[in-house]
Amino acid sequence: MISIDLIEKTAGVLMDKAAIEIPQDYLDGLEGAAEVEDGDLSSFVLQAMLENYKAAKEDRRAMCGDTGCPRWYVKMGNDARIEGGPVALEAALRRATADATNGVPLRPNRVHPLWRTDHNNNVGIGAPEIEYGFEPGGEWIDLITVHKGGLFGTDYRMLFPSDGIEGIKRFYLDSLVAFGKRGLACQPAIIGIGLGGSKDTCMVLGKRAACLRTVGDRNPDPKIAELEDEFKELGNSIGMGAMGFVGKSMVIDCNIEVGYCHTGGMQMSVHAFCLSSRRAVARIHSDGRVEYRTDPEWFTPYQRRETVEWETPQCHEKSA
Amino acid sequence: MGNTAMPREIRLSTTPTPEALAELRLGDIVYLDGLMYTAREGVYKRALEEKANIPMELPSESAANFHCSPAARINADGSFDLGAVTATASFRFAKWLPEWLEKSGAKLVIGKGGMSSKDYKSYFVPNGAIYLSTVGYGTGALLGRGVENVEAVHWNDELGLAQAMWVIRCNRMGPFIVASDNEGNCLFERENAKIAENLHRVYEGTRPATLKRYGETDDRSDEVIG
Repeated sequence: MISIDLIEKTAGVLMDKAAIEIPQDYLDGLEGAAEVEDGDLSSFVLQAMLENYKAAKEDRRAMCGDTGCPRWYVKMGNDARIEGGPVALEAALRRATADATNGVPLRPNRVHPLWRTDHNNNVGIGAPEIEYGFEPGGEWIDLITVHKGGLFGTDYRMLFPSDGIEGIKRFYLDSLVAFGKRGLACQPAIIGIGLGGSKDTCMVLGKRAACLRTVGDRNPDPKIAELEDEFKELGNSIGMGAMGFVGKSMVIDCNIEVGYCHTGGMQMSVHAFCLSSRRAVARIHSDGRVEYRTDPEWFTPYQRRETVEWETPQCHEKSA
Repeated sequence: MGNTAMPREIRLSTTPTPEALAELRLGDIVYLDGLMYTAREGVYKRALEEKANIPMELPSESAANFHCSPAARINADGSFDLGAVTATASFRFAKWLPEWLEKSGAKLVIGKGGMSSKDYKSYFVPNGAIYLSTVGYGTGALLGRGVENVEAVHWNDELGLAQAMWVIRCNRMGPFIVASDNEGNCLFERENAKIAENLHRVYEGTRPATLKRYGETDDRSDEVIG
């Protein structure tokens, strides 16, 4: 049984870490980009960003004043049991979100879409989003918080098989160029692409590709992995850098996720996880151990399974 | 880093003289000293549409309007804690800015992404105002370090924390980039024009979508297929 107090306490720590500490994989990617960038203004911007991450950690202050829209991804091992059940879990995550908004502090970004009511705590109708995933075996629960920016850099389009890779490339470039101008997408970003599914799941896949995979990670399908490399290169050859200035740092990495779709369609979504790629993860074990990390490890073989039944591989499962 | 030239760095008052503003060139890096206030759609609507009295002396106290909502809290004892500040995209405020510049006397508009050269020429230049962009759009912690004190938070009850008018004392707050000049030239348009020269090459080997969308054609009788 996993204690609900431990869940809430851990969630609070994660909110703080996500807002303040840039994940190492993104930092490594940005340092690499800064080394090759030769646009005068773009270079200056990247250097300022690197200093900013340092300042945020030293001062324990949020790395960006727009602290995004906090959301939760919860993954549970099949044998995990939570004290108070899922309702208590959701209450704990909502409390942690509200408390951290006041504590870090974060910007209270979440308002009612029509009445603009602001509870000043990032909690409201449907906020924070809480999404779930499950893994065979294991008595642990993974808490993942992502504080993604909420305005620019994301788009969806219904493409068809006849659009082909050429059509996918066009929409990819259109999204980067449109949102990259004046730096609205806050690039260089981790670009996530969702292909297939239905409209809603296509958006979910693309967002998760951007937020729940790390820089340098590759899709296990070798042809998709090749596309990821090609798209990263293509995005960085637009001639646009940070803030939309002349440069070559647009894409820190490109991650593609797919889902089976209608036989006549090829849905596509594009998402940009910005310069402040805020994510933090903890695994809570049933014996009370908590392990913090920055890789969500969301896309396991189980999450990408193609078959009707799932047979647990012979190799041992990580479990408490 | 590649072999790049460093841009010029300049200290500027938030109540700048016309001479100091005339010195600024596109792409200069600016650090600000003095009082700055945040104002965005909430403040503009309240001051301009609802005609509420602006709760500070403008522009004598401050001529620097920041398009921003800080990550901050108001403590139980009424004091303020401000962690990080980052600008929000300014183009959405074009509707109110001409009247605001005239009424507030703002000489510096600080935000994300800038405005168009048409905006600059039609109401920035006549009001003697310059646009400064934040850098990278994510340097919230660096900007936060430049905040010496939060002097007041006006209209918090009416507008909420994010839309309230935060009055901030800046001490070498920055970096900001000069994105318009006193002729109304636009840094981002200059950069866009350079990038545009290369775009046709990047798009080679791509194809337009089979199903068009309204917006790609303004003819609503168009079937948008093919």
